[in-house]
Amino acid sequence: MPKKRIITFAEAINEGLRFSLLKNKNLLCFGLGVGDPKEVFGTTKNLQKQFGNQRVFDIPTSENAMTGIAIGCAINRCPVIMTHQRLDFSLLAFDQIVNNAAKIFYMFNGQFTVPITLRLIVGKGWGQGPTHAQSLQSLFAHIPGLKVVMPSNPNDAKKMLIQSIEDPNPVIYIEHRWLHDQKGHIEKSFNSKKIGKANLLMKGNDITIVSNSFMTTEALIAAKILRSNGIYADLIDLCSIKPLDEKAILKSVKKTRRLIVLDDGHDFLSIASEIISIVTIKQFDTLKISPKKITMPNFPVPTGYSLTKNFYPGHKDVIKYCQNIFDKNIKYDNFSNKNFHDVPHIRFKGPF
Amino acid sequence: MIITGLFHKMKKISKKDELDLYYSILRIRRIEEKIAKEYINWKIRCPVHLSIGQEAIGAPLKKLFKSYKDEVVSGHRAHSHYLGKGGDLKKFVCELYGKKNGSSGGKAGSMHLTDKKSGFILSSAIVGNSIPIGVGLAYSKRIKKEKGIVLIFFGDAAVETGVFFESLNFAILKKLQVIFICENNFYSVYSNMKYRQPQNRKISEMVKGIGIKTIKSNGNDPIKVFETYCKAKDYVKRFKKPIFLEFETFRHYEHCGFLKDDHLNYRKKSEIDYWLKNDCLRKLHTKVNKKKLIFFEKKINKEIETAFNIAKKSNFPRNSENKKKLYA
Repeated sequence: MPKKRIITFAEAINEGLRFSLLKNKNLLCFGLGVGDPKEVFGTTKNLQKQFGNQRVFDIPTSENAMTGIAIGCAINRCPVIMTHQRLDFSLLAFDQIVNNAAKIFYMFNGQFTVPITLRLIVGKGWGQGPTHAQSLQSLFAHIPGLKVVMPSNPNDAKKMLIQSIEDPNPVIYIEHRWLHDQKGHIEKSFNSKKIGKANLLMKGNDITIVSNSFMTTEALIAAKILRSNGIYADLIDLCSIKPLDEKAILKSVKKTRRLIVLDDGHDFLSIASEIISIVTIKQFDTLKISPKKITMPNFPVPTGYSLTKNFYPGHKDVIKYCQNIFDKNIKYDNFSNKNFHDVPHIRFKGPF
Repeated sequence: MIITGLFHKMKKISKKDELDLYYSILRIRRIEEKIAKEYINWKIRCPVHLSIGQEAIGAPLKKLFKSYKDEVVSGHRAHSHYLGKGGDLKKFVCELYGKKNGSSGGKAGSMHLTDKKSGFILSSAIVGNSIPIGVGLAYSKRIKKEKGIVLIFFGDAAVETGVFFESLNFAILKKLQVIFICENNFYSVYSNMKYRQPQNRKISEMVKGIGIKTIKSNGNDPIKVFETYCKAKDYVKRFKKPIFLEFETFRHYEHCGFLKDDHLNYRKKSEIDYWLKNDCLRKLHTKVNKKKLIFFEKKINKEIETAFNIAKKSNFPRNSENKKKLYA
């Protein structure tokens, strides 16, 4: 059996892009920084060299028009993968995303498809602050016509990027900056299934934990601590926000009768709120206790180092809740970076 | 006609071209008037932005940009561009009536037109937001080594949007084969240019500053419009660069709807009189003899009646259609 490869999340994205650019010679890849010396945190490394500056290129700082240009290319069967180094920048293109990308297939009754993938990177820590750290998946998922995916590990990052690019619809591909350096196993080949299936990462009968993107890292830490304390969780990594794998969630809650949803969007109208609403409406009677949301507070992310301390929710909140509902004292080592709370790992230095 | 050094010397417009041009303008005028006339029956239940007064700009498209590979995108006032490029009349009228055999099965209406076969790719209804789509089409043509140029239509208000400049910048940067066409009718709904842009500004002069060749012309003079397009087409093909055209013109009807709204006094009487006197249809009247005119009117009337009868008799789409084709 061939040895499984271990690569970082950023390398996985790079591989996914290379694979897709090789496969479809009409595929375009552009965005601010795509061809610059840092190559979007290494994710677009060497792509311009390999595929030329007509297909892989840096763009004017014109997020709105460039999204429209992507749509124009896409309706003429040149799919586009466009990158924003922060999700927040894509808001300049909301008209194109909502009024054109999401509408064109429906509005013209299926005469055009819009195969564009927008890579939106969510910042966290090192003072990213109010305008560089927003995780706005709810905003995009609200719009009919868009698909929204949020991978949590290198293998899914590569697989779902390929799926997103091959999908004939506009796909919002949200990647968390703190995942870029995470390492993981990568499958040798991918069968390009459609977007929309969740992953069951851990199995258990006691509680259902639903999470996505970087929150899945927190959920995994929590679920492992719980397991060593005799509480067994079903851990569902959503992968896709829209379409949502309702079936997987409903099935799990039927079994465990308890539900926690982690989401790094603001609490009000979050993905967590939607999932809890679906479960309570569709199978209220399966719930033993009120479900729990672990989300971001309803105010912006502050910049200052001291203000962000204890700002982000995470595994501790899961454990606290479980301690309460299972009436059990849960013991665990502190997993988080003991020195600094605002970096993903000790080697990480700003500014990004 | 003044021929500048950049442009090839062009032949004078032929008699046949003149007649075709007149026919095309008359046809669009009569179709638009029919829409206005039928609107009062409240069976066309979507907003319409009629092109009456501005037809000279859409009318020559089929003649000069015949191939479906020459592609058009437009904004909310797109009827004349759609019809001028050769968009299917029956599908268009059915779409206005929300019928199942409309160009988009009743989902789109007057503000979102398409007829790929004719090269009219799409129009959309947010000011400025189809401009980058046209630029994207031009870029994809380069990638796929496809022939044809892209014509992007918009009004004077669109040059006030950011996306217009962003799109123009990219088209210039990448030397794309695009003709940008600004139909300047001086009003954004009821707001005159003087409330929106500095008094002495000339749109084409301003746009020139970003580094693109521009031509300003009288959009109500069909011959001038025709010749300007010829120049533009020649320029784009020879120099492999985009060009910007500004056509000054005037709408006769209200911004949106089937009536005239001059009682609101947002346009001066002298202004209205001037433009009506210089109407594009009038300009060509002398070129067409009475016999020909009667023949034209008859032919157009027959085509219009057929299209409207089909639209009225056609079925509505099933209600279940409205949730279909959300995702491909």
